[in-house]
Amino acid sequence: MTLATAAAQAPAGVRFRPAHVAWALLALAVLLTLLRPALPDGIVRPPEWLVWPISEGLNRFFDWLQNDVGFSVVTRGFAAAVGWLLDLASALLVPTRRGYPLPDVVCQNIGLCTGHAIPWTIFAITGFCVGTWLRSWKLGLLCGLTFVYLAVFGQWQWAMQTLSQVAVAVPLSVALGFVLGALAWRKQWFEQVLTPLLNLAQSVPHLSYLIPVVVFFGVGDHAGVIATVVFATPPMVRMTILGLRKVPPEVIESGQMCGATRWQVMRHARVPTARAEILVGVNQVIMQCLAMVVIASFIGSPGLGDKLLNYLQSLRIGSSIEIGVSIVLIAVMLDQLSRAWAEKQPVHWERGTPWHVRHRMLLVWSGLVIAALLATLAHDYAHEIPRRKAISTKDFWDAGVDHLLAWLSAPAAKVRDFLLLQVLTPIRDAFQYPPFLAVLAAVAAVGWAVGGARSALTVVLLIAFLAVSGWWDRSMITAYMVTVAVVLAVAIGLPVGVWASLPRPSRGSPGWWFNQAVRMLGILIVSAVGAAAVVFVLETVVPPTPAVEYSLFLAALAAIAYGIERYTRDVTRDRFLLFLCDTVQTFPSFIYLIPVIMLFQVNDVAAIAGVIIYGTVPMLRYTVEGMRGVPASLVEAAEMSGATRMQKLRTVSLPLALPTIMIGLNQTVMFSLMMVIIAAFIGTQDLGQEIMRAKALSDVGMSLVLGFCVAAMGLAVDHVATRWAAKRKKALGL
Amino acid sequence: MAAPIRVKEGALTEDPVIRCKHLWKIYGPAPEELLRAHGGAPSPEAVRESGHVAAVRDVSIEIGKGELLVVMGLSGSGKSTLVRCLSRLVEATAGEIEVEGEDLRALDEKGLIRMRRQKMGMVFQNFALLPHRTVLENVAFPLEMRGQGRHERRDRAMEVIKLVGLEGREEHFPRELSGGQQQRVGIARSLAIEPDIWFLDEPFSALDPLIRREMQDEFLRLREILKKTIVFITHDFDEALRLADRIAIMYDGAVEQVDTPDRIVMEPATEYVGRFTHEISKARVVHARALAEPLDGRIVDGKAVPGDATIASLGRQLIGTDAEYLPVADSAGVVDGVINRMRALELLFAEDPS
Repeated sequence: MTLATAAAQAPAGVRFRPAHVAWALLALAVLLTLLRPALPDGIVRPPEWLVWPISEGLNRFFDWLQNDVGFSVVTRGFAAAVGWLLDLASALLVPTRRGYPLPDVVCQNIGLCTGHAIPWTIFAITGFCVGTWLRSWKLGLLCGLTFVYLAVFGQWQWAMQTLSQVAVAVPLSVALGFVLGALAWRKQWFEQVLTPLLNLAQSVPHLSYLIPVVVFFGVGDHAGVIATVVFATPPMVRMTILGLRKVPPEVIESGQMCGATRWQVMRHARVPTARAEILVGVNQVIMQCLAMVVIASFIGSPGLGDKLLNYLQSLRIGSSIEIGVSIVLIAVMLDQLSRAWAEKQPVHWERGTPWHVRHRMLLVWSGLVIAALLATLAHDYAHEIPRRKAISTKDFWDAGVDHLLAWLSAPAAKVRDFLLLQVLTPIRDAFQYPPFLAVLAAVAAVGWAVGGARSALTVVLLIAFLAVSGWWDRSMITAYMVTVAVVLAVAIGLPVGVWASLPRPSRGSPGWWFNQAVRMLGILIVSAVGAAAVVFVLETVVPPTPAVEYSLFLAALAAIAYGIERYTRDVTRDRFLLFLCDTVQTFPSFIYLIPVIMLFQVNDVAAIAGVIIYGTVPMLRYTVEGMRGVPASLVEAAEMSGATRMQKLRTVSLPLALPTIMIGLNQTVMFSLMMVIIAAFIGTQDLGQEIMRAKALSDVGMSLVLGFCVAAMGLAVDHVATRWAAKRKKALGL
Repeated sequence: MAAPIRVKEGALTEDPVIRCKHLWKIYGPAPEELLRAHGGAPSPEAVRESGHVAAVRDVSIEIGKGELLVVMGLSGSGKSTLVRCLSRLVEATAGEIEVEGEDLRALDEKGLIRMRRQKMGMVFQNFALLPHRTVLENVAFPLEMRGQGRHERRDRAMEVIKLVGLEGREEHFPRELSGGQQQRVGIARSLAIEPDIWFLDEPFSALDPLIRREMQDEFLRLREILKKTIVFITHDFDEALRLADRIAIMYDGAVEQVDTPDRIVMEPATEYVGRFTHEISKARVVHARALAEPLDGRIVDGKAVPGDATIASLGRQLIGTDAEYLPVADSAGVVDGVINRMRALELLFAEDPS
């Protein structure tokens, strides 16, 4: 802006536009890179004097906070409070014979000193009833069966440890997020303070939260819960602000005209009208909490994450898969339940509807609970199924995976070696080759092209942090992995997304036959694996004869295939893809490391492959959303102008969808950054590896600085992408 | 073209319930300073140049007891802001507002809430119903705010629900109702506390034409029963003509003309008002009463025409006679004036000016 006016006022002949500055900076970057052999060392790599001892400073600050200020009293008190809540939750949920955390007098008189965890049957029944009540019997069945799976497959105790942490973290996050959001909505200055903090909090990788928490709160499940609360609160804050702001002014005015006081307007009009958004916030909190609780196993939180980590480290794939299924089932269940809750619309009862009709579900639930309690008296299995008595399919998966690996490992090894030697290593060297000043110049060029001097300064400062922090080389490795992963994710996600949003091929055309064939093949494979698993389970319970086994397999195959076929007949490609994206996102990200490690073992190829699986999701999602958002009238106008399919795509749909697709790209970069850090578990050499080391050493300062490095890269990309998308959107009048 | 036809002035018959004087609402960085700098009445240019927007510009209006004032204007003319100043949903920048003799702008929050709980009701364009409450609970909402007991609330709410013809729907939720039904709930809610003053902000604009017509009839019926002081906002000139005792036409924040429909149609005060009246079939708006001249001792034969009949509805009678004058009767049936038949016919057969 200032530059433009300056240019306008400059005497004739000296006219330059932002694009020229950007090109000049880019030329400088190229020049520096070409001249590298001749350059002094201080330009090639950040010189020693440039590196600030940030982590030492942070460490000293935290030390001072802990010991001199006496902050530890506060943190210990807080930790004790959270610990008490956790004890209460796990006494209810986890069958470990731990008593309730109540004063001795109370507990002796009521007899709550020994474990009285709620039986699994009651969970299954409650899940079924709540799901049915909130949406439909299908959701009820999903919830009920999830608990049945957890109990029957011997996952109960771990799952309940995880759930008790979720049960403590979610209400805390929701309450904290709502209060902060309401404050930010009310006071503008507070929002201005909060927004950059939220941006930072959401771009720092999960792992970086863990170490400061460990320093302040120690190791264990309470530390995990505290880290989780910190991590899960930002989306709640955002959704609360959004929801409160979206309430139509007329509703507020109507409340005021009804003579409501400020508090009454808030309580009776504003918050209930914002209910849907606030509950979407709750849904996000639940999902974030689950993801973080699983990851918190690194700081000693017991539960599914902890077990999964153990099994993964010893490469026990079958058991890992079973835990993975547990996590996914719990995630899908909680996600669907909270969504159903957000979407549930009140339904009226006609006057005079009897009580037992209005509360039918409550009655059904009470009846079933009584039956379950009687059953627990009759047999202990209705209360708890001991792990050694549980069914397990791990041998089946192990055998299947061994089989698959035997078949795939040779070609996979070839691919891996080729990629490592011929592709990835050269790219990595290329990323490390340019002098750091050249990188800064190139970054400035991009910033300038998108948003002028201001953006250029912002991104340069962010990236300069990498140099100042002393982690330049590691950061460049992270940048290389993210870049490769993002390029591949876009190369996969964009075409697939565009393909999915094209109009459905008409029945009987070649495209339609192709779709049908692919669908049938997919159904067949899924059903075959499912049927095999079913037969395997039956085998472990009652070994049947081969003939029976064979016919059982066929029957199961037919049943599963028929079910899937019926269910997916009317699903369009874009809906199917969005469903797939939802599913992939409900998994905790490090699950994707299981298959890639099995295929490629521990190296960059595996890490990048894992990152791609996760990073493609936003690309796909936003491409589909962007293509859907193109106004139908414009497409029709192009059609009536005689445009072919390709012309329509090239001239109308893609340009209009591009701003949305850019947001997807931005998210892909964010997801990839996070995932690259998590991939450090499998031994990469980037920032993530250092974060792991910092965690092992409990070095708060170092872990925070590393986290900030990742955040700096993420925020720089975010800045460029959002600026560009906003500019484009404005230009297109969307 | 004959000499312009003059019509009788409509005047306030009762004491004003709402009286506003030199009301201003200016949006922008420093509205008070702007007003002070220009002696309380900045010109439109001065407002624009200083980067302000005047949504309400020096408006002075009086609304009599039991009167139905329609504020008509296109979008952006400031009519919604004006009514929000009168209900103090929006704080006016300058000017006086008196409601039943009380200075509205001087009330503190408590006083304002008391005023709204006792005297004011408002209906909104997009219904503004609370989605999580049933019809009954929505209608009872203002009573609940007032702290009335559960049973009392329920009885009163049921009464108003019956009044607007929604009996049997009281347990429904707003989303289960059609637009017209939802607005009936909005109307019922605004009437629950038996307000003296009733604000309606484009209540029928979001409805489709047939339902709108039906709701207008319903509104006129309620008006007959309740006899409240009403401020009705609309952008629809036909609606304004159909409902109003008096119409205030707004343009760019200022009131161009406040008058009876008859006079607005026959004697538009400004060119802007004239543009609205241009294409209106005047005979359908102007009443016999408005055209009537004093008897002045004349004795006129023939059947008297009712004063509240429009000229258009008298067409048959006007053509079916050749008398020079027709007698006009007031609402009690007493002849109190005459209309010139030729003038009435001129109005009836006025050529479409376009």
